[in-house]
Amino acid sequence: MTLRPNEETFDLVAPGHTYTSVTEKISSIVLDRRVSLRWLAAVMVGLALAGVLTVGIGTVLLFGVGLWGNNQTVSWAFDIVNFVTWIGIGHAGTLISAILLLLHQAWRTSINRYAEAMTLFAVLMAGLFPLIHIGRHMFAYWLFPLPNSMGLWPQFRSPLVWDVFAVTTYLTVSALFWYVGLIPDLATLRDRARTSVAKLTYGVLAMGWRGSARHWQRYSALYLLLAGISTPLVVSVHTIVSFDFAVGIVPGWHVTLFPPYFVAGAIFAGFAMALLLAIPMRHFFGLRDLITMRHLENMGKLMLATGLIVFYAYLIEIFFAWYSANPYERYLIFSNRMRGPYGWTYWLLLLLNGLLPQLLWFRRFRTSPPVLFAIALGVTVGMWFERFVIIVTSLSRDYLPSMWAFYGPTGNDWAFLLGTVGTFVLLFLLFARLLPVISIAEMRELIMHQGHVASYTLHGSATPPER
Amino acid sequence: MRPPAPEEPLVYGFLAEFTAPEPLIEAARRTREAGYTRFDAYSPFPIPSLAEAIGARDVSVPVAMLVGGILGAAGGYALQYYAMARDYPVNIGGRPPFAWPPAIPITFEVAVLAAALFGVITMLVGNGLPLPYHPLFAVEEFGRVTSDHFFLVIEARDPQFDPQATPAFLASLGATRVQLVRQER
Repeated sequence: MTLRPNEETFDLVAPGHTYTSVTEKISSIVLDRRVSLRWLAAVMVGLALAGVLTVGIGTVLLFGVGLWGNNQTVSWAFDIVNFVTWIGIGHAGTLISAILLLLHQAWRTSINRYAEAMTLFAVLMAGLFPLIHIGRHMFAYWLFPLPNSMGLWPQFRSPLVWDVFAVTTYLTVSALFWYVGLIPDLATLRDRARTSVAKLTYGVLAMGWRGSARHWQRYSALYLLLAGISTPLVVSVHTIVSFDFAVGIVPGWHVTLFPPYFVAGAIFAGFAMALLLAIPMRHFFGLRDLITMRHLENMGKLMLATGLIVFYAYLIEIFFAWYSANPYERYLIFSNRMRGPYGWTYWLLLLLNGLLPQLLWFRRFRTSPPVLFAIALGVTVGMWFERFVIIVTSLSRDYLPSMWAFYGPTGNDWAFLLGTVGTFVLLFLLFARLLPVISIAEMRELIMHQGHVASYTLHGSATPPER
Repeated sequence: MRPPAPEEPLVYGFLAEFTAPEPLIEAARRTREAGYTRFDAYSPFPIPSLAEAIGARDVSVPVAMLVGGILGAAGGYALQYYAMARDYPVNIGGRPPFAWPPAIPITFEVAVLAAALFGVITMLVGNGLPLPYHPLFAVEEFGRVTSDHFFLVIEARDPQFDPQATPAFLASLGATRVQLVRQER
């Protein structure tokens, strides 16, 4: 039925699983599993870092954004670096849940739920930064086209306003997609719960779902269409994020390559985060038979493919600078980025995002969880540095040398970075114990399809099935 | 069906239980062929051929999403046009106050948002959710519909419903168990 210790499988589901066994296995993580000390310790670390974030936000609200290292030359720094990093991480979740669904990739089934949760939490973290960065928080509602006493509207020609619409739409649609996907599983938890509190909570959240075929028919139509509209949405979100830069005239930002480069980079970073979450999760919750080596290897392959696109973009950026014959662009790439005060960050990102993922060409590394985890960690750090290089290096030395300035992060900057990492981990830890981390209904569907394939192979051809 | 006497419990219908999807699909098809109209099948995961077998073909969700998308796009575009060209035009170097290309991103985002909201609301309303109570929830075995069992219900409001013939018909479909579902007053 399940795998022996240290045994791995390349099937989508380990052999022997039935409707009953996947239901029991996934729902028992929520309903029966005892609270472990390791989980509790991780929650404590998350809580502590969430406290750091709270202090960071509180002090900025009280004393202003002067607490950050930003100056009038480098007016975008850690805040926007972190914003782009977090929103990018979310994109892999939507790719898994929407684009792979439209492409009939059966291997998305056991990883879509937690990846969507990752998207939601990452977008929540991302949204904090612009909101705090605006400085005058009492006027935050000016971001939206709401009536105000001066009769003013947002500047609809600005990519920053497009961003407000893109991120709020993305957050709302991701949350809806996630919740709709959860409804049948919440009903499973309601029906299997033993305590009245759990019965009531999951019962209210499941909204009376009872698996009627008429309900499933509307539900499936909705789910497919949400996937259909999420696909262009996810591309549009990071395209608009890249417009925040590409529409400006700062050397290093004003490049037509930015939209595809940013979208590929977002998915690259997102798969790295998806692996960072999947590898410990399958280990500690004993899910190696559902999130199998096949899933890890496929995520590794996608990381390699998107990583190559990103590496190509790095090279083309250098070519653009040279071919443009623009002295400012050439200065930026060849003198400032490569040999300037932040030069080490540029070489670090080439190492972490360009060279490190090349290990994924080898099956031996793609199928080793520790190596995958290390590469994913490297890519996550590298992609954060990519945004740092794009934003801070470009801004710190633009046209007039008299305007040049150096940016260094302050304690409050670090509080925001570490605090959002901790809060993200905390939200994910709570999610893993309160909601099913794998879509149970979709796993049953997968098992039915696999059963059909198996019986077809048994009766329809002379060759025995693989197992 | 004769109206029940006051002390008798109201009947919601008869529930047939199956342990695999294929017999349920077959049973649903035969129930429909037998002329029943008020019946429903229940399964732990979506089965497209089951919806086909009971004749569920509802297009309200796609239609609502299309309408939502069109309204959202029109609304997003109109908002920008009204704000920039009508309500508060800003003269920047004599350029026209409004141009369509920079209005496209917001138009698209609002269209997606409205389509998603319309779709989710239509799905919930069409399915009659949220519904805190349903007669089937009182049946203990029905709890397995969200795990691994499959059910077919012929409701008492069906014109062909008969307290004797209907359970016999359900049993003839290969159900592992047929039982009465009561409706609370």
